[in-house]
Amino acid sequence: MKTYNLFRIALKALQRNKLRAFLTMLGIIIGVGSVITMVAIGQGSKQSIRSQLSGMGSNMINIRPSSNVTVGGGARLGASDLQTLRVEDAKAIQSKTHFVTAVSPAVNASGQVINDSQNWPTTIQGVSPGYLTIREWKLKSGVSFTETDVNASAKVCLIGQTIVENLFAAGEDPVGKIIRFNKIPFKVIGVLEEKGENTFGQDQDDIMLAPYTSVQKRILAITHIQSIYASAVNEQSSDTATKEISAILRSNHKLQAGDEDDFSVRTQAELISTISSTSELLTVLLAAIAGISLFVGGIGIMNIMYVSVTERTREIGLRMSIGARGIDILLQFLVEAVLISITGGLIGVLLGVSAAKLVSVFLSWPTLVSESSILLAFLVCAITGVFFGYYPAQKASRLDPIEALRYE
Amino acid sequence: MSSTILEIKELKREFVMGSETVRALKGVSFTVQQGEFVTIMGSSGSGKTTLLNMLGCLDRPGNGSYLLDGVDVKGLSRNELARLRNQKIGFVFQAYNLLARTSALENVELPLLYNSKISTAVRREKALQALQAVKLGDRAGHLPSQLSGGQQQRVAIARALVNEPVMILADEATGNLDTRTSYEIMLLLQELNQQGSTIVFVTHEPDIAAFSSRTITLKDGRIIKDERNQQVRSAREMLAALPVKEDY
Repeated sequence: MKTYNLFRIALKALQRNKLRAFLTMLGIIIGVGSVITMVAIGQGSKQSIRSQLSGMGSNMINIRPSSNVTVGGGARLGASDLQTLRVEDAKAIQSKTHFVTAVSPAVNASGQVINDSQNWPTTIQGVSPGYLTIREWKLKSGVSFTETDVNASAKVCLIGQTIVENLFAAGEDPVGKIIRFNKIPFKVIGVLEEKGENTFGQDQDDIMLAPYTSVQKRILAITHIQSIYASAVNEQSSDTATKEISAILRSNHKLQAGDEDDFSVRTQAELISTISSTSELLTVLLAAIAGISLFVGGIGIMNIMYVSVTERTREIGLRMSIGARGIDILLQFLVEAVLISITGGLIGVLLGVSAAKLVSVFLSWPTLVSESSILLAFLVCAITGVFFGYYPAQKASRLDPIEALRYE
Repeated sequence: MSSTILEIKELKREFVMGSETVRALKGVSFTVQQGEFVTIMGSSGSGKTTLLNMLGCLDRPGNGSYLLDGVDVKGLSRNELARLRNQKIGFVFQAYNLLARTSALENVELPLLYNSKISTAVRREKALQALQAVKLGDRAGHLPSQLSGGQQQRVAIARALVNEPVMILADEATGNLDTRTSYEIMLLLQELNQQGSTIVFVTHEPDIAAFSSRTITLKDGRIIKDERNQQVRSAREMLAALPVKEDY
């Protein structure tokens, strides 16, 4: 029999029982729809966690002195009191590695910042201009300081939104104003974009950024640096970059082969992989629940196809007696099952995509409908149709025409 | 110029029902020539149905041989039997067996659907011709539920004709019809026979057998009588003799 005729016959058979065909389809519609919606929600939340993390600078590498150095009687010192990291280390990393794009030394100081009658306790972070690149931080207004400012230990700063809100009246432009940090005046040359809380609930906007030389000399009066920030070329290369940095620092610090590192290099990779695996688990879980409903839909198809075969035993007998071969009957019922599942699948895809849209619009949950999930859901339901349609169809094709003709 | 359509020799068939073996056919032999109108008679249990299944290539002979239009049926597979049924036999059943909610034309087209050599256009044309042959050309679009029993049976006959079979095999084809309609169907079959169709008609009504040119009577799995009908009744005359309208 020609394929075209097969589809025509199957369509006719479905048309004869429209409501039943639709109800059977409903199982697949709900199954596919929920697979797509659930996966979209899972993927969306994963995506949003990832973008939050990379907002923190997912390629970021943090180098700190490590407390293995004992002073005097063996008491270990806290990291910020260690003086092993120097500006030269940062410069060496900058010039010698291949997998690092930007490097910035960092020093921190806490204190009170004052503008006119307003004051606010905050942290000033001394960094190089590359820091903004590493943190993927943009300016809302003004300009960033430059290497020249760093060399001159210029008294300029960039301030975060929290400081703007606390020190300046609404609508006032902070750029160009002079504010004082622990009595030292800094000129505001730029305002940082709002970054919000980080994953641990800290306000990332409660910060002043200034050239590290200024903070070193004018506030802390030190020559060492407290940490180094660097950024790997991409997430994958952060391991390689870590190894390179370790090697450079070891040679800079003249450590012997057996010596322990006097610094530690940390990346965000571990955090990212933990959080991603959590959200991946969520996706798998949601997909599994949705998959079960698709499976139940498949059983629905099988059930109806069995009923349909029994109901149409005489028709099958007649078709056989006028020359239908077993394979013709098998294909006829199989095509019927596949038509149900594929039509259901199509409607399910539409429903799933719009449900995902609705979820993101009305619940403002992030959703991400990927082509692969649509393709997968669609493939699965086509396979479901074939799989669950096959046994009833086979049963039909193996009927004995003599008995089928006389079936009451 | 007549050729042999059916050639049956020493046909035997046994069924095993639990511990019992039922010998439905105990050696049946006969031949049917092209253009014959044969009725096979017999009471229930005579092996009539078994013989019919065998003739219709729905079942294979257990013993003996069956040649249909020169093809030995015995060695054929299920698929080859299906092809034989599709191209050489036209079935007419007692219960019409039309597909519900499917137009008369599409019902008639059905056997051609299973023959992939026939194009859609040819199929449609042949089906229309077959419907015209049973005088239902104007009812092509009607559904079985919109047709009377006699009309439904005529659609079924058209369906049997459409593949130009070597033999029309009717199984109690008038069993569900009243006398007048039965005669109408027999008239149609007689006309088709006169145009050259070979017809094998299975029935248990002697009244119907009288319309055929030859009657084979079965009893207990054997042929007890096989005789030419000396006085073939004309269905046309019988119809004319019936009162035109029944009074209630």
